[in-house]
Amino acid sequence: MFDLDLWKEIIDALKKNRMRSFMTAFGVFWGIFMLIIMSGAGRALENGVMEGIKAFATNSAFFWTERTSKPYEGFQRGRRWDYKNADIQYIRTNLNDVEYLSPRLFGPSSRGGDNTIRGIKTGAFNIYGDYPDYFKIDPWTPVKGRLLNEIDIRQNRKVCIIGERVAEVMFDKGENPIGEYLKINGVYFQVVGVVNPETRINIGGGQKNEAIMIPFSTMQRTYNMGDVVHFFSVTSKPGVPVSKVETRLKELLKSRHHIAPDDLQAIGSFNIETEWKKFNSLFNGIQILTWIVGIGTLLAGIIGVSNIMMVIIKERTQEIGIQRAIGATPGKVMLHIVMESVFLTILAGYIGLALGVGLLELVSMVLDSSTEEMFFRHPEISFKMAVSALSVLIFAGIFAGMIPARRAIRIKPIDALREEK
Amino acid sequence: MIRLNNVHKSYGNGSNSLHVLKGIDLEIEQGEFVSIMGSSGSGKSTLLNILGILDNYDEGSYHLNGTLIKDMSEKQAARLRNELLGFVFQSFNLISFKNAMENVALPLYYQGVNRKKRNKIALEYLEKLGLLPWAHHMPNELSGGQKQRVAIARSLITRPKIIVADEPTGALDTSTSYEVMDILTKINNDGITVVIVTHEHDIAAMTQKIIRLKDGVIAEIIKNGELKEWKHQYNKELEIA
Repeated sequence: MFDLDLWKEIIDALKKNRMRSFMTAFGVFWGIFMLIIMSGAGRALENGVMEGIKAFATNSAFFWTERTSKPYEGFQRGRRWDYKNADIQYIRTNLNDVEYLSPRLFGPSSRGGDNTIRGIKTGAFNIYGDYPDYFKIDPWTPVKGRLLNEIDIRQNRKVCIIGERVAEVMFDKGENPIGEYLKINGVYFQVVGVVNPETRINIGGGQKNEAIMIPFSTMQRTYNMGDVVHFFSVTSKPGVPVSKVETRLKELLKSRHHIAPDDLQAIGSFNIETEWKKFNSLFNGIQILTWIVGIGTLLAGIIGVSNIMMVIIKERTQEIGIQRAIGATPGKVMLHIVMESVFLTILAGYIGLALGVGLLELVSMVLDSSTEEMFFRHPEISFKMAVSALSVLIFAGIFAGMIPARRAIRIKPIDALREEK
Repeated sequence: MIRLNNVHKSYGNGSNSLHVLKGIDLEIEQGEFVSIMGSSGSGKSTLLNILGILDNYDEGSYHLNGTLIKDMSEKQAARLRNELLGFVFQSFNLISFKNAMENVALPLYYQGVNRKKRNKIALEYLEKLGLLPWAHHMPNELSGGQKQRVAIARSLITRPKIIVADEPTGALDTSTSYEVMDILTKINNDGITVVIVTHEHDIAAMTQKIIRLKDGVIAEIIKNGELKEWKHQYNKELEIA
């Protein structure tokens, strides 16, 4: 039921007591504004970090070798060792829980000086030998051409895919790199793809788009690396926790390479799943904290409103007394006060909400226009959040109005009228 | 119109209780102009509050317009006040953030009359009281007499059967007081019952019936015919003093 007259009365009463209305509204405005800003900032941090890693296979683990830390089976401690092709073969055939397995070789790195030549152009890049399965774990998108494939591996093709940065350095603007040749560490490779990483998780250091990837088998042969494997990535089959696979693999590799079972140092590994869990709980924590602090701020605002309303009732005792004397029912007086309070809180809250969201949008625009890598992206609040904030407000408005209103109707008209001014 | 039978009223409770009205029997007919007098603490304001259904009483009975007023819910009381009674107060009690017209129109708002209509009626009443030029002034821009006239207009707008006035001239100077009394007399002449509380003899003398309260009981009722004599006696008292 919409009572136009009631609203006119309410708006009139608020308009004619501007300072009072403003002070009341400001508490709520500030509460909701802070809630939005904090929640948005928390979300931005989450977006910034998660966007960088979300495409990455979360059920993946990575293995490399370190020097042994314990003597075992006649070998001294401090021994250097490598994974072999046979290990990869063995894992493929014997470990059912492994879905993708992708060995990798680290070729010349960008730190070692210029390693890539094309005509008069030279550049220092990170060179990797990879399997096609690698892109199932750490996804890259081909901007031009294609990724590596099985035939490249089988035929030991001298092809490469290059990061966008490599294409920028080694080719002129507007030049198509596909089909062109790069001399990498003395050997010519044909460019078959220009690729862009989907995540910011970076294995091997340096800038991620400064990578050149060639087939794993080609690298072993071309650079005379024998059957050595520097590094490999695995993902677990769906439903199998990768940490289980990680433990199992470590045991297996230790027994194959004469490493003490209690040597904690010899096999280096990294498990995205546990990191992912850490991130998730961190961001859940941030969100929870945001809500606690935000609701606290909001509550303080609401208590402020209630308090101001209480003072106002004191100030308005006489007014309420008169209204009662000339025929206002307690229900009507109560309705008036609650509606005033609800109207004020919703209006103030809505403005707070709008300004908060507006500010977040502005920040988002500024952040988007900057090309730098940032761990603070797309501050935003969800629709759900806005709706729940709004419903908290309505509830709060009723709450803030109810207490003083109940007090107001307890005042007898005569007492109200006697009140000395 | 108004019939009180052995009405008692105490304030407070237990040993601290203060017995203010100790059995009031009173009848006021339609169209009477009555004043209630008494020294402070005699219970005159309490009596008026009970008459105006602003307060309840402990014992006895009160019939207003044939209805027994007892243990009423606030809602019923508010409705009866709105329909039957008009109030005028010593301190005017206008709502400070509403202008004269809006103040006068307010009782009609509680009756559910729409804004346009009630403002129109309010202007008619203000015109009757010679306040039309001040209709859009705020209370703090009006003189005491004007404020009281606005308050009277407000009490009249619901066409009440009874006007209840608590020291209506208490805050006004003598000439304005007389103006206000003139207005009340005119209202009375239109057939509306007027009950005022006052402690000023000259104001009381302008009414038709004076009820003197003393220590919570009615000490004497001076009726119209005896007023002249009473006035005479009162003047003599003044001369002695």
